[in-house]
This record gives sequence, structure tokens and C-alpha cells, in this order.
Amino acid sequence: MGSWIPTTESERKEMLAVIGAASIDELFSSIPEPYRMRGWEIPAGLSEMSVRNLMAGLAGRNTADAISFLGGGYYDHYIPAGVDALSGRSEFYTAYTPYQPETSQGTLQSIYEYQSLICRLTNMEFANASLYDGGTALFEAATMAVRIAKRNRVVIHPSVNPTYVQMLKTHAANLEFDFVTGDDPSGAACVLVQNPAFDGTVRDFTALGDRCHAAKALLVVSFYPVSLGMIKSPGEMGADIAVGEGQCLGMNLGFGGPYLGIMATRAEHVRKMPGRIAGQTEDHDGRRGFVLTLQAREQHIRRTKAMSNICSNQALCALRAAIYLCLLGKEGLRDLAVACHSKAEYLKAKLDFAQILNEGPTFNEFAVRLPMDAHLVTSKLLDRGFLAGLPLHDVGAGETNDLLIAVTEQRTRAELDAFAGALKDAACN
Amino acid sequence: MQLIFEKSRAGRRAINFDALDVPEAKLAPELCRANAAALPEVGELDVVRHFTHLSQRNVGIDDTFYPLGSCTMKYNPKIAEVVAAMPGMAKLHPHQSSSAAYAGTVQGAYALIHELEAMLAEIAGMKAASIQPIAGAHGELTGALLMAAYHRDKGNTHKDTVIVPDSAHGTNPASAVMAGFKVVEVPSDSDGTLHVDKFQAVMNDRVAGVMLTCPNTHGLFESNVARIAELAHEVDALLYYDGANLNAIVGQCRPGDLGFDVMHYNLHKTFATPHGMGGPGCGPVGVGERLLPYLPGPRVVHHDGIYSLETPEKSIGRIAAFFGNFLIAVRAYAYMRFYGDEGLRDVSRVAVLNANYIHARLKHAFKPAFGKPFMHECVFTAQPQAEKGVRAMDFAKALLDRGYHAPTVYFPLTVKECLMIEPTETESKETLDAFCDTMLELARLAEECPEILQQAPITTPVGRLDEVKAAKDLNCACL
Ligand SMILES: Cc1ncc(COP(=O)(O)O)c(C=O)c1O
Repeated sequence: MGSWIPTTESERKEMLAVIGAASIDELFSSIPEPYRMRGWEIPAGLSEMSVRNLMAGLAGRNTADAISFLGGGYYDHYIPAGVDALSGRSEFYTAYTPYQPETSQGTLQSIYEYQSLICRLTNMEFANASLYDGGTALFEAATMAVRIAKRNRVVIHPSVNPTYVQMLKTHAANLEFDFVTGDDPSGAACVLVQNPAFDGTVRDFTALGDRCHAAKALLVVSFYPVSLGMIKSPGEMGADIAVGEGQCLGMNLGFGGPYLGIMATRAEHVRKMPGRIAGQTEDHDGRRGFVLTLQAREQHIRRTKAMSNICSNQALCALRAAIYLCLLGKEGLRDLAVACHSKAEYLKAKLDFAQILNEGPTFNEFAVRLPMDAHLVTSKLLDRGFLAGLPLHDVGAGETNDLLIAVTEQRTRAELDAFAGALKDAACN
Repeated sequence: MQLIFEKSRAGRRAINFDALDVPEAKLAPELCRANAAALPEVGELDVVRHFTHLSQRNVGIDDTFYPLGSCTMKYNPKIAEVVAAMPGMAKLHPHQSSSAAYAGTVQGAYALIHELEAMLAEIAGMKAASIQPIAGAHGELTGALLMAAYHRDKGNTHKDTVIVPDSAHGTNPASAVMAGFKVVEVPSDSDGTLHVDKFQAVMNDRVAGVMLTCPNTHGLFESNVARIAELAHEVDALLYYDGANLNAIVGQCRPGDLGFDVMHYNLHKTFATPHGMGGPGCGPVGVGERLLPYLPGPRVVHHDGIYSLETPEKSIGRIAAFFGNFLIAVRAYAYMRFYGDEGLRDVSRVAVLNANYIHARLKHAFKPAFGKPFMHECVFTAQPQAEKGVRAMDFAKALLDRGYHAPTVYFPLTVKECLMIEPTETESKETLDAFCDTMLELARLAEECPEILQQAPITTPVGRLDEVKAAKDLNCACL
């Protein structure tokens, strides 16, 4: 058995003497006797070495080294070494919420810089310190829009990730939200759109934004941060709320998390935004410092009237995103977007045996209809070392032959050529 | 300290990508942004120095004692970081779970989830658990949605109310509201616990659920909890357990045995995953028999040696896109396997021993908020000192000057000038003694030279900050 408890037997006795208790058991006397635990089925403890071996065994039963074309909202981007090295500093990752700002300036300034980076990326005016992930951020945006517009209808554009739609419906199951599909803002609190769409299609939602505003509805844009190295930003399209999945900004894929829920809005709505917000101020000597601000929106003050229940957020992920964006910089983000887009276009052009399903241009992901069942094809490609993409039927977004293929900067021309060949072999034979 | 934007120099950069090995493709100009996003133009060393300096303006568990009550700031073992970084965990794409075609590529991850959920259920006397919820509050929301699904299914359409004690964490009432319920607050008794008569006064057929924390946020075990469970169950209301304080009872008693129907766990508290400046955490939900059919889906199941996914028939659906904060769950699993049966029982024993030791050493200098025995945290009121001009916040700031993180102050709202101290089991007796000596010294200074406390902190990178200015001259981004 291992333990990180330093207290020796003799120290325990000394401490009990100071407390005036005969045994540690006595300290649990407020638990009524019938409920004191008799036994449970928990395995015996292990040494650190055995834990490591056990975990290596479990990790070894997973495939994490295939050449991946899986996307669907989560992307295999390169994470620069600086991200782990800096976010791994224990002054960051073993701290908690900056309740004492004087000893948390590292956290608070990094949140402020993260908020600034998100605003610059999206062309919005205010960002919060993070939400859980892209899906919950979209739900929070819908709730925020309902609160602002004082209407219950939430219009979901077909571009939105179907998993997000499921999450929206689960979260709002007991709220009187009226979800409709389409793009008609009349009588609605908001229209939720995603750009690029789940199938990778890039659109300009500026006109829809104008229609929303004419109908006094909000435009909520769910975005893919890396694409903003190239495509029109939510702010440029007139979005009132921008939300996104920040996984691509330096987070490991990690089988679903931890990720990063991004949210930004316009100045007029900041008091209705959920989540923590860091603001700049000064101390009595006029030194610049940062604090959590506008806390009257939050659960610890407003309880039932709070904008959200969120307490712990994804602060360390926001720090990773900030470091990532600083390391990439202005030119780097553009180069990254160009690489992703160009490589995806190169691959798309090679798949002449498949039908491209997108309505318009795409960024780094596209949907194809194969000549045969996508499950069969992906299984065959797995044997050749590829994760060939997402069979769309499995996520309720297409037919059995449809496959969603994503390309990041990590894929080389040789890999794209090999993949195109292997896909053709598998799908046409 | 300068902002990273103030260090930007046009044309400077850190990361380069390989020259494009395919022809450059362009999108139509009307789909593109007008100008590149104004990210800082800095070199790698600029970034490294900047964030290193920022980290030096921060304090974590690895630096110092961090007795932040209700947050369970225990040591975060290094092995957990190593296992979470193993490529077989860290590099798994979540959509490898979306298609049966890829099920063979994630059997290890499924096995881990399956075993972890079973262990969590066993630890709390629940029937099953789901690691989908992303943090404690998200677990609360999930639990409240499970209660709503249960009542909808049973045709209990009149049930629209959730009861929470006034000592509850703010997330409890906020989560209940997000799940569509009205909230009724029940006052705690002057002894700091819930009394059956006050509870009965608010209990009626409209009540869908009751959310309790046990030990509660006063650090006290709710001795009437089993009777409250009976009262709730009499009107078919469900009992919710806020697991933020599970560290006090792990291995000593189980929420399920006490009558709780649904709960969340805070893996970042009880099971030592790092708090990361405020997150990510992980807030699995656990359920008893009544709520089993409604658990979030899909779930990992095990048949004939193979793991696969299934969604319970009456599932509330996806509360997370996949398996919540999976890599946090990986850390917690490693932690639980390390400690095992005996070790986990010792966690709560020493956590409670340490809190009681601090209480015993400080109780003559600081007024305990309640007279009942504390569990894993002890709660004091600095009201007597505040009357003479030294407030709980002044003690907090003076502790910062002496190299400690402060306890939780001004929470719970039921205790005036609250100082809530949670040492956890990973601190040594020397650390506790040194902290108590400091607190006693501060109690003396509060009498003799209150200005030392009132002017604290003086050794931190900045002094007390002007929060009114922050809210008035709102500056939340450098644009
Ligand atoms: C008693 C209590 N309940 C609930 C929560 C919420 O948990 P989380 O921050 O993980 O959302 C906390 C967190 O501090 C807490 O102390």
C-alpha cells in the first residue's frame, strides 16, 4: 500500500492527546452508529511502480499512433513544447481559483491575457475566463440569449455539431426552451450557427446576423479557433455571442477532455455573461494588478439568480490556450490555417472516386460519400494504420456510406498520398 | 509586470511550420477575415520568461500550505501527471468512441472508465456512476436533471421545488434553477446542522428533491440525515448528496447507506487531481436504484471480455460530448489504485484528525462557529476580532505575508466573519504546528497592533487591489 500521508503513529497519538480524544475513531462519533461502514470492495493499494505499470498496461490497449483524419470538432494539431513546459509549472497547476488576488497575480494576469487573445481572435469585446467545453459553452450562450431577449425560442442552424445539439437538449430538458431547426430569427431569442459547419463547410453569416438584429434576436456563432487564422471572425459577421471549443489551442485530444469552452460577447451584454471574468485595476501604490470582477453575476453571490452554476472552470486549459496563441503569434496562426486548408484541399482533389457532400468551400474538413459502407472502409484502413475519419451515420449526421475527413498541419504530403491510395483501394474493391 | 502584448515586436516569432509541401489553397476573400488576428509577435524566450515570471506571482500546493476550506487542497501526486501524459491516454481522439468501427482502439480507456465508475459507486454506496459531468457544479446539474427525468417518468408533474439548506454552496441553488426547479432554502439550526422540525416545515408534496452536503459546509456531520431521507422519500422526493466534502467520510460511511439517491463526486478534491488555478476538475454523478435508468449515456459496458457503449433506455442523454474530463478521471483512477482499501480509509481519518488538531490548538484564540465536533474542516468566526476592527479578510491577508495561502473567508454565508480551515491529510504535523503558531501570533497582533493585519499584505507582488475600480472602469481585455 502506498500513501502520501506523512503523519506517523506517534504523531497521531500526540495530536489526539492535544485534541483530548482517545482514538481517531472517536472523532467520527457524530456519524450515527448504524451507518458506520463495515466493509467495501476496494482492491488493496499498490506501489507507485505498480500503478505506473498498471496504467501503462491500460494505455497499451489503446491505439494512439495511427495516422489520423478524425476531426468532427476535435483536431490533432501539433502542441509546441513550450505549452507543456510552462503550463506544467506547479505554481499554476496546483493553485486554485484566485480568491486571494495578491498571491494569484500569475493566474489573474494570465486569464486577462487569455481574455484579450480571445477578443483579438474573434473581434469581440469581452471574453470570460473559460467554460467547460464547446458544447456546454453553446448551451450557456443559448441560455444567455434567452435571458437577454426574454424569448424562449432557440433556432439551431443545420451547421451545428449534432453532439452539441444533443447536449443542448439534455441540458435544457427541464427548461421551457422551444428548439427549432433552421435559420428564421423571427420571434426567436437567437440563432445558433457553427462556422465552419460540422461537415466543414465555410459560410458567411453576416446577412443572417443582420436578419437576426432586425428581428431583435441574437446571432450566436460557434467557431473553430484555428480556422480564425484565415476565415471571417464571429465579430466581423456581427455575432452577439461567440463560443467555441478550444481543444485545438494546445489541449491534448485526451479522449474527450479536459478541453476549453470559449465564450466572448459584446460590451452591452457583458453583465449577462456567465463565468469568471478577470479585470485590470491597481493597488494603493498605483501598481497594476488584476482581480475577478463583475462577480455579482456568479453563483457564490447570486445563488438562484446567478447567470450560471459554473464554479470550477477550465483555467489551466485557458492558460494553455494563451501560451499556445502567444507561441504561434500573428504570423504563426495564419501559417497554421493556411497549412490545414491547403493540405485538406490537396487531399480532397485526390478523392475523385468519392462524392464530396459539402454545399460550398471547406476549411480543413469535408464530407464524402464512398462507394461502400464507411464502417467497412474505416475498418480496412485501420489495418493499414489510418484513422480514416468519422463515419457520419454513427453520429446521426449522414448515410452509412458517408465519412467526415479532417486534415491538420501534421499530415505530410506523403501521408496524404498514401491515405488517398488506401482509401481508394478499400472503397472501390 | 508588463503584458505579453507590450512585449510584441512586429515581425518577431516563436514557432515556424515546415514549408508547405502542397500547393497553397485560398478561400474566396468574402469568406476570409480582413486582417490577421492581432496576436503578440514574440520569440519563444519572451514567452517562456513571461509565463515563468507570471508563475512566480502565484502560489500552489507545491509551494505552501493551502488550507482553503471546502476546496480540499491536498497534495497532487506526480505519478498522476505521468500516467495522464501517457500517449495511449493523452492522444486518444474522442471520436474513436463514436463509431463501433474503432471500438477495438480504445479498449484500455473503456476498461479504465468501467472500473473507475464501479469504484466510485462502491465508495459511496451507489449503484452506478458516470464520469461525464465536467466539474462539481456540472454534476449537480446532472443530478438535478436526473431527478427531473425521474419525476417526469413517474408523472409527478406537480413536483417543481428543490430544498437546499442556507449553508449550501452557491452552486446547489444555481444548479437546481438551471434544471428548471424552484428553490426553497431551509435555515440551519444555531448548532450548525439541519433540524428535523425546520425541515418538516418546508417539506410537502411539491418537493422533487433535497440537496444536502454532509459533512455540511460548517464542517459538521448532519446527524439527522437518515431521518431527513425518510421524510423526503415519504413524498417521493429524492435526496442529493453534494460530494464536495467526501474526503471527510471516505471509507467511514457511505452516502448510499445514509439514504442518498444521487450525488456528485469532486475528483479534484477527494481524489487529488490538480485544481489548475480553478479547473479543470471532474464531477462524476453517482446514483442509487431509483435513478439508474436515467443515467447520462452512452455508458461503457462489458460483455464477454469486450467493452462497448450502450445508452440506458431512459437516459437523460449526453451531458458531456464524450467522457467528461477523461484525463482528470485517469489521474483519479491512478490515485485510487495507489491508496486502495486501507489507504483510502486512512485519508479520511487523518483529514479529520488534522482539522480537529487545528481546532484544538486555535479554539481559545478564535471563536469556533459551532460547538459540535468538526470533521475535516474547522470553521471559526472572527466576529469578536472584527468588532475591534480586524476582520476575517485581514487575517487572510496577514497569512499571505507569512507565506501561507489563506483559509476560505466569508463562506459559508451563514457564519459572520467566517474563517474556514481545511488542512487535508497530506500535511505534516510540523506544517500544522507552524500554521497554528502563526494564527496564534496573528490573534495576539490583532489585539496589540491591528494595523499590521489591516495593512497586510506587504510582501506580495501587489498590495490589496481596488475591486471597486475594477468594476467601475471595466477593463477586461487589452484590445
Ligand atoms: C460544497 C461545494 N459544493 C459544490 C462545489 C462546486 O464544485 P465545482 O467547483 O467542482 O463545480 C464546491 C466547490 O468549491 C463546494 O465547495
